[in-house]
Amino acid sequence: MSSLTATPEPRLSPAESPRPAYRVTGWRVLRSEWAKLWSLRSTWITLTLGLMFLLVFGLIISWQFNAGNLDSDFDTSKAVDLSLFGVPFAQLALGVLGVLVMAGEYSTGMIRSTLAAVPRRLPVLWSKAALYGLVAAVVASAGAFVAFLVGSQIVSGTEAAQSLSDAGVLRSLLGAGLYLGLIGVISVGLGALLRSVAGGISVLVGVFVLLPGLTSLLPSSWEDNISPYLPSNAGESMFALTHDSTTLSPGAGLVVFLGWTALTLAGAAYRLKRNDV
Amino acid sequence: MIEAQVLTKRYGEKTAVDRLDFTVKPGTVTGFLGPNGAGKSTTMRMIVGLDAPTSGSVTVNGRRYAQHRAPLQEVGALLEAKSIHPGRSAYNHLNALALTHGIPRGRVDEVIDLAGLGSVAKKRAGAFSLGMGQRLGIAAALLGDPQIVMLDEPVNGLDPEGVLWIRNLLTGLAQEGRTVFVSSHLMSEMALVADHLIIVGRGRLLADTTVRDLVREAGGDTVRVATQDPARLRDVLAGPGVDITGQVGTEELHVTGISAREIGLKAAEHGIALFELSQRTVSLEEAFMDLTRDAVEYHGTTTGIDTLGRVA
Repeated sequence: MSSLTATPEPRLSPAESPRPAYRVTGWRVLRSEWAKLWSLRSTWITLTLGLMFLLVFGLIISWQFNAGNLDSDFDTSKAVDLSLFGVPFAQLALGVLGVLVMAGEYSTGMIRSTLAAVPRRLPVLWSKAALYGLVAAVVASAGAFVAFLVGSQIVSGTEAAQSLSDAGVLRSLLGAGLYLGLIGVISVGLGALLRSVAGGISVLVGVFVLLPGLTSLLPSSWEDNISPYLPSNAGESMFALTHDSTTLSPGAGLVVFLGWTALTLAGAAYRLKRNDV
Repeated sequence: MIEAQVLTKRYGEKTAVDRLDFTVKPGTVTGFLGPNGAGKSTTMRMIVGLDAPTSGSVTVNGRRYAQHRAPLQEVGALLEAKSIHPGRSAYNHLNALALTHGIPRGRVDEVIDLAGLGSVAKKRAGAFSLGMGQRLGIAAALLGDPQIVMLDEPVNGLDPEGVLWIRNLLTGLAQEGRTVFVSSHLMSEMALVADHLIIVGRGRLLADTTVRDLVREAGGDTVRVATQDPARLRDVLAGPGVDITGQVGTEELHVTGISAREIGLKAAEHGIALFELSQRTVSLEEAFMDLTRDAVEYHGTTTGIDTLGRVA
């Protein structure tokens, strides 16, 4: 805050007219992107939607489980699995907003104003990715915790009953928050890479919704080697309660997913720096 | 000060800007003229670093735009009216830009008032009329109190009051010693505000001149005289710097280098009857059309245009 309001005016220099000494800094770009994020209605709407998906779907499935209305796929489910049922839906909402944060600037023309103010360009990408990633992680973590706290109450009388102190529960909930935060970062990167809202959302849906299903077309030996490393599956390992031989451990999943995030950001940075606006 | 040196931009086969050399100086309004597609917008985008030159360079106040610590304080640019997010209010748009430089909120309010946006500052910019959008773009350009103000077709979509406002703003900024660089495809508009003109066609420099010189070179001060005795009048008017043309057997002469008033006086002095004496004023529009028509005619043969550019 202080660096924003305190603008030193070098009135000592006799050669220059008394002009204030403005300067672009990384912190100021961050402040600007923060203001931009919250001054759009789409941010509030989509974040609310993402939060609602986490809460509503997690609670509905817990309630259905308690009522015995679910099929046998859910027999071994635990409270944390049920309360994180909304993650795939929330990831779409949060991912769409991430794409909008960056690609929306291209579709509206705002990017010309943005990059005229920050012609070094990369601070804009880092700020957007960091801020939005953080916002998505905070919203998702809050949603996951609330979904679990309420959901675990609903299923407390069943074999799915779990409390926060049970093994893996805290890690699962924080993993889900972190996963959705990184989804936010990746989607900002996709927006910068494709410069198109429709294109960014298409790739997002393709990679996180369609691609996991397509691997079953591969020969099974390939599938076992490739499948765990896909962004969706590696990410899922971060918050899944149980792991087997076909999935990565939570730590390995995090490392692989961070790799995908870094790769997307690197591509986005390259295109932002190299291509004309 | 904006300095372009052999500035070139190619998009695949097409050359949008072709070896442009020019300097835009402070303290005057410099018009950047050319038909649509002449490369004006591309040049302006290269000045603020949105497009990278294929070759050559352009600097503002001695450095590339991106190398300045506070770019908005060096160049304020209105590029296209739609460089805003329609969902954001005018105030929030300007404030977000101000935050990148640490420009105080007071300055944001100042430019909002300056652009006459006070009553709509909290409204979504997407609901703005074309003219209001243009005013918001100009408010953004002035935000950093820049030494160079660069506006791409600023009068587009403005009502007469807005056009007048822009004219006064531009001349006012130039009087304050700022560099003012304004593009237009309308010579008539430029003639009212610009002192200096940089004229381009098909990406090439056609003329780097002043408004007065352009008119003069286009034959702006030719006087048409119809007289009873053309041969004698020729002798009477002949002198250094005076050029007289006329077809044999007609009563009509075209005279340059001497005013209609002087011709009339000399004719009276020597008792030569005149039937017609008229100043042929070439409008800037005509001069501009002549220049740009050449650009089309000379397309493919570089020599003609280059020579023209250098002479001018």
